[in-house]
Amino acid sequence: MSLVELHAIHKSFGALEVLKGIDLSIDEGQVIALIGKSGSGKSTLLRTINGLEAIDDGVIMVDGKKISERDTDLLALRLQVGMVFQQFNLFPHYTALENVMLSPQVVKKQSKAEAREIAEEMLAKVGLADKMMHYPDQLSGGQQQRVAIARALAMKPKVLLCDEVTSALDPELVNEVLAVVRQLAEEGMTLVMVTHEMRFAREVCDKLVFMHQGRIHETGDPEEVFSNPKTPELSSFVGGLA
Amino acid sequence: MSEFSLWDIVYNLLLAGRWTVLLSLTAFVLGGIVGLLLLMVRTAGNPWVVRFVRGYVELFQGTPLLMQLFIVFFGLPLIGLDVSPWVAATFGLTLFTSAFLTEIWRGCVESVGKGQWEASASLGMNFTQQMRYIVLPQALRIAIPPTVGFSVQVVKGTAVASIIGFVELTKAGTMITNATYAPFTVYGCVAVMYFLICYPLSLFARHLEGKFRNVAR
Repeated sequence: MSLVELHAIHKSFGALEVLKGIDLSIDEGQVIALIGKSGSGKSTLLRTINGLEAIDDGVIMVDGKKISERDTDLLALRLQVGMVFQQFNLFPHYTALENVMLSPQVVKKQSKAEAREIAEEMLAKVGLADKMMHYPDQLSGGQQQRVAIARALAMKPKVLLCDEVTSALDPELVNEVLAVVRQLAEEGMTLVMVTHEMRFAREVCDKLVFMHQGRIHETGDPEEVFSNPKTPELSSFVGGLA
Repeated sequence: MSEFSLWDIVYNLLLAGRWTVLLSLTAFVLGGIVGLLLLMVRTAGNPWVVRFVRGYVELFQGTPLLMQLFIVFFGLPLIGLDVSPWVAATFGLTLFTSAFLTEIWRGCVESVGKGQWEASASLGMNFTQQMRYIVLPQALRIAIPPTVGFSVQVVKGTAVASIIGFVELTKAGTMITNATYAPFTVYGCVAVMYFLICYPLSLFARHLEGKFRNVAR
């Protein structure tokens, strides 16, 4: 059974239907890239997986459990599904270490010592052991994003959602963040990422999902999809990038 | 008729001024507590509650404080509650203060970006945890200068309580004037005393504004 199952997901913003019946299953350890033009619904789809966007219709199952709209379900869901945002969204009033420690302490009720140990481990993993006492505004964008990844990992999620995690970064900072994501993928973390980094998607992902006008238009092995797009839309999307 | 020296006037005004300070503090503290509760229930987002709080704020911002005190003072006896001027003034000013503070703080909470709510939600925090650890600490920094600034309005607002017979600074001024027939001297002293209470608060608010400008943490 898949780790995450999306079935017939529908979502509208007012009169605008952004998701028109999405079916997608994500296996444990799989790395999936969602690609497509802006407005194709890929970010919205990603945000439905941890309940940041409520769905109008359809079924979301995570780890065999159906997710309803009840708050308790949502909180339980979010313990399984971590998320990293385009704009990092670090808490500016806490240090890097406190950013990572906070949720294990207040949500998982871990002791301070426990939370600190995990936080230090995660910050070391993303290469920021020497920046733990820095506040977000003392860190570069790439460093902030790596703290955000550490913060999500400290909750030990089963799936990590990445919403254009390098789009807000200066070009020279993109690689340090991608290196961390690549490392996670190699360690077997289940990843779902909305990305514009096509080369990265091609190298790292197991499955590519091309979205077009609120539907999954084409899906498959990245190598295959890129070199041999079956639909004119994907063809022009890939062509437009080259 | 006995003679009033300037010292007598100042001394009696100082005695009454204690009530102005006490009334201001009480209204400010109680108003702050009520305002915070209104802010919490409003931010939690039930549409009916949001509408109620908005109406509450509009009501108190859209009517003169004097009318609010009259309605409390003359209205409560109609439903069988005979209240002293002190209780009526405290009650009225508390409502007034809570309406303004909740509105000031709402703006501060809203200035904490949506990304902060989403990040904390995606880490599994519930509403109370989000407010306590993420939103309020950031909103508080922004809120301190305007809140201290508003305290000046509360102090000046207490003067209105003189109309319903509560003997604070302004009412004492009126009473002393009636005895001395020296309105200019007496009200001059009254004004100086209000100024001595309010000016440090204004300075403090300005100082905090400078201190918290562009400081995220």
